[in-house]
Amino acid sequence: MNTEQVISVQGARAVLGSRPVLRGVDLTVRRGEVVALLGANGSGKSTAVRSVIGQVPLTEGRIELFGTELRRFRRWQRLGYVPQRTTAASGVPATVREVVAAGRLARSRFGLPSRGDREAVRRAIGLVGLADRAGDSVSALSGGQHQRVLIARALASEPELLIMDEPMAGVDLASQEVLAGTLREQVAAGTSVLLVLHELGPLEPLIDRAVVLREGCVVHDGPPPEAVGQHALPGHDHVHPHAADEPLRTGLLT
Amino acid sequence: MMLEMLQSPFMQRALLAALLVGITAPAVGIYLVQRRQALMGDGIGHVAMTGVGLGFLMSANPIWMATLVSVLGAVTMELIRTYGRTRGDIALAMLFYGGMAGGVLLIELSGTGTTANLTTYLFGSLSTVSDGDLVAILLLAAFVVLVSLGLRRQLFAVSQDEEFARVTGLPVRALNLLVAVTAAVTVSVAMRVVGLLLVSALMVVPVAAAQQLTRSFRATYALSVGIGVVVALAGTTTSYYQDVPPGATIVMLAIAAFIALTALAAPLARRRARAAEAATAEAACGTAPGNGRPPADDVKV
Repeated sequence: MNTEQVISVQGARAVLGSRPVLRGVDLTVRRGEVVALLGANGSGKSTAVRSVIGQVPLTEGRIELFGTELRRFRRWQRLGYVPQRTTAASGVPATVREVVAAGRLARSRFGLPSRGDREAVRRAIGLVGLADRAGDSVSALSGGQHQRVLIARALASEPELLIMDEPMAGVDLASQEVLAGTLREQVAAGTSVLLVLHELGPLEPLIDRAVVLREGCVVHDGPPPEAVGQHALPGHDHVHPHAADEPLRTGLLT
Repeated sequence: MMLEMLQSPFMQRALLAALLVGITAPAVGIYLVQRRQALMGDGIGHVAMTGVGLGFLMSANPIWMATLVSVLGAVTMELIRTYGRTRGDIALAMLFYGGMAGGVLLIELSGTGTTANLTTYLFGSLSTVSDGDLVAILLLAAFVVLVSLGLRRQLFAVSQDEEFARVTGLPVRALNLLVAVTAAVTVSVAMRVVGLLLVSALMVVPVAAAQQLTRSFRATYALSVGIGVVVALAGTTTSYYQDVPPGATIVMLAIAAFIALTALAAPLARRRARAAEAATAEAACGTAPGNGRPPADDVKV
């Protein structure tokens, strides 16, 4: 495998309020690698990715993107970011195309969008299987489709590195399949990926390495772990993801 | 009778000012609504009162003084929003009411102005739009249109999802400040016609009315500016024939437009929902395209 590091985090410490959230995290993603960041709620996974993109300041430690120190990194078009959101909508109606086009600004910036820019936006919408909804208002979409819009927006700048925060949260099965397929194509084309996950789920076969956080510390960095909760069991069949969580029906209360 | 109105110079000035207000207020308001800061215009309007008071006190044109003070106020609000901790709302409240109280005090101190004078700034007045005002309004409106239209892609991205916009490398802080400054300038543009207390309505209500019908940002932008222009001109004309303040008339017309479009949109939304339902009904449960799972829920853990 290529050893060029696209993300390098060393000894990252961060506090939110007065609470330490990261307590010396090391994290690397090499070119072409797919790394999953796992952990329970409050373990610091979201803070870790948000510090990588400069949204959370570190109190200590060092972050490099593509070998450039984060503070001096300017080539944001190389990076596609999918924030943790349940909606792509805002206070004013917007079409799928309009929202995805915002992602292309990483390349076009203040220039007028060229034909190439429009083509890239169209392609990104096609990649997540929403070509027939491009002119629809995002508020008319389902939860899973919202997530697909957010991913298309990240893909619009044709990035070399994708950073995704819980891309599968609240996504229906059909959309999970589409997303896994999209990601597979991106990875096959050489894109590196860092993604925060609650459970490995349908993305499991794509993942090269898993980093598990607990209370702001890395407790595992290596092959995807055998068990990080019920749903992360390898081979756990996701045909019916909630079956295992449902209480036994005794007949007394139902 | 219409001709008579168009021939009177003060109405020519008032109508031109109304036209510019009708264009600029929704053109900025749409970004405020998009980022769910619909009441920011109201806050700026309160702060601008101190500017009007200063204008009287220093015998300067109140429009330019209001612009200066409201720009300072808007920038302060934006900085509080960005860096402010939990007590940001208290700081904003201080700014709003301090601005209002300052305006009343200064205007009484000035000797030339009275609270009756202030009322024309609070609710708008046709007869008082002077040539000097019109020049100021024209210049400020040109700035607002240039920003709102010229940077629409960038401002859309920042207002849609600030965190994402930052990761695309856009200068988000500068763009946020630009929105704040542009909103403040718009308040000064609209002050003479709609009045400081009702400015915010013309920024927000046409946008709210337009989005009852629209599906895209582009169409919402165009339609809300259209609504803004129509209600501003119609309200100004009405206040010429009936002796009522133009601001109040314009705002009531805008609300009427909102109600009318909402009533119009209900059957439209029903038809769209029915069409969507028809599309999904064809593919029955379990056989939906793209959903390749077997009909039986065989659970394996």
